[in-house]
Parts: sequence; structure tokens; C-alpha cells
Amino acid sequence: MTRRVEVVEDILSANDHLAAQNRERLEAAGVFSVNLMASPGAGKTSLIERTAAGLGSEMRLAVIDGDLATSLDADRAAAAGAQAVQINTGGQCHLDAAMVRRGLEELDLSQVELLLVENVGNLVCPSAFDLGTRTRVLIASVPEGDDKPFKYPGSYHSIDVVLLNKIDLLPYVAFDVKRFLHGVEVLNPSLQSFLVSCQTGEGLEAWFAWLRREVAGMRAEVVR
Amino acid sequence: MHELSFAESTLELALRHAREAGAGRVVGLHLVVGEFTPLEPTSLEFYWDRITKGTPADGSHVTVRRVPAQLACADCGATCDARDETWVCRGCGSSRLRMTSGDECFLESIDVEGAAR
Repeated sequence: MTRRVEVVEDILSANDHLAAQNRERLEAAGVFSVNLMASPGAGKTSLIERTAAGLGSEMRLAVIDGDLATSLDADRAAAAGAQAVQINTGGQCHLDAAMVRRGLEELDLSQVELLLVENVGNLVCPSAFDLGTRTRVLIASVPEGDDKPFKYPGSYHSIDVVLLNKIDLLPYVAFDVKRFLHGVEVLNPSLQSFLVSCQTGEGLEAWFAWLRREVAGMRAEVVR
Repeated sequence: MHELSFAESTLELALRHAREAGAGRVVGLHLVVGEFTPLEPTSLEFYWDRITKGTPADGSHVTVRRVPAQLACADCGATCDARDETWVCRGCGSSRLRMTSGDECFLESIDVEGAAR
């Protein structure tokens, strides 16, 4: 006799459970954490270098770097002055909460105020896996085109911040910033957005100011 | 490809619920996946036979119910088709749309047989 058993449980509930533990640990240590997601080449590592250079003198920064095989990106982050941990995903297209937990083991969280988790360069997969960070940031870049939120709504959904990078290329590329931001905002009503160029530095000050506020807010929570 | 992670998580979840129900075998799984969920059901099936070999879910059949993505207008309440790429309300022209469905990704139920040994 076949019988039906009702389940109604999220398929990634095991990941979500681990993510919740990561989140608790980070919040208890007063670390403001960011999951950085983007297509390959959108500028994740450049943004981390810029952020380390811009904020490194005023706060302690760490980077957990997800990559398919090399430690090139972690090397770049370390060269920019951040505590850096490399996680090779061994072919997996995304970081998951268990990998980030291993990364956290290698960091002295009492010496970290801002943690940037650089996800694997991929627009589709990483969005499904909660890592336990406080914030989810998606970096898009002008050459990718303004239609991406409409074409990959799953990837642009459930993010807190979008950074549009390479705005120095706007004069040369047909990219409607308004259309792009509208798409992302429909999917994420309380979205923060920043238009930046990691090449020229334009717009980065607003991103730094936002991070400063968030890191300070986190510290205040821990003190209380 | 994260379909492998999805498949493994699905299997783990199904076996746990079968165990809790005192069942011996899982013969069917019913998944609900939103249109905006980044999951390709056909690739999931590709992994399924491989990872279930020798488990109590060996030979089980997976059915996937896709939930269409819907956007609702925050101003007039009309429902809009997410496939229309402008994402502007056809009823009132407002661009304040919100996603109301399409990001589901859960195991709804399993079909089981026999008693656990």
C-alpha cells in the first residue's frame, strides 16, 4: 500500500539551518557581513580591493573568497590589506553555508568588523543559497546589459543591495539605468542601489559611507 | 551545477521524513518549484537515479509542480504577467509591482510504502 506523507519543507532547509548558525555567530561577534554575488568579470574582486583601500585604515576587514580552483582572488584581497581566506569549491558553482562555516573557523572574528564573502562568479546559482551574512549584495556591470533582472529574476531576487559597476562605460553602451533599476526594485522593494566605477572610483564614496553606517550600527548593537 | 546539491538535499529531506513516518521505501516525491527559482527540474532528474541508487528511494519518481511567477500592482492590486518584460501594470500604468509568487522551492509530500526495518 502506498501512502502519502505530507512534508512541506524547504529543500534547502539543511543549508538554511547552517546559515542561521553562521548568522548567529557573526552577529554575536559584531561583524557586519556581506555576501557578494555577480557574474564572472562584473568586478567582485576589484570592488573588494577598492573597499579594502578605502576603508582599511578605519576598520578591520576580512574576506572569504569562493573560487573554483585558484587562490588568485584571495591573494589580491590580502595584498589590499584584508585578512583573507580562500575556499576552493572544487567545481561547485556557488558557496553554501557549510563552506562559509569552514571559512569562519579560519578567521579570528574578534579582530573583524567587516566581512566580505566573495561568492563564485555566477549569476544563477549563488542566489539560492543563504550563507548567513547580514546583507546580500549583487554586483551588476554595464556591459552585461540592462535586461538582466528581467531575464534572471531568480538571481536578482532577495538581495538587499545592488551595485551597478563600470558606469564609466555608460557613454559607449546602450544601457538604460532607469529600466535596469526598475527591474531590480520590483523584485526587491527595500533595495539600496549604488552606481559605481571601480576603474575611476566614481560613486564609491556612497558605498563606503553606507558600509560605515552599517558597521557602526552593528557595533552599537553588540555594545547594548 | 547546483542541481546536484538540490538533489542531495531533496533526498536527505525525503529519507528523513520517510524514517519519521516509519516507512520502508520512498516511491514518489512531489516538489513545488517557482518559475523564478533558479532550478532546472530536468537536470535534477538527471542526478536523481544516480544518487538514489542503493537508498530507500531507489527507483522513486519525482514530480515537479511549477508555480508561475506573478507580480501584483501595489497601487491597484491587479496581477501582472512577469513574462511581460516592462513590468508596468497594465491596469493602471503603475510601476510599483511586487512579486507575489514564483520563488517557491519545497518538498510538498512523499509517497511511501512498507514499514521501516
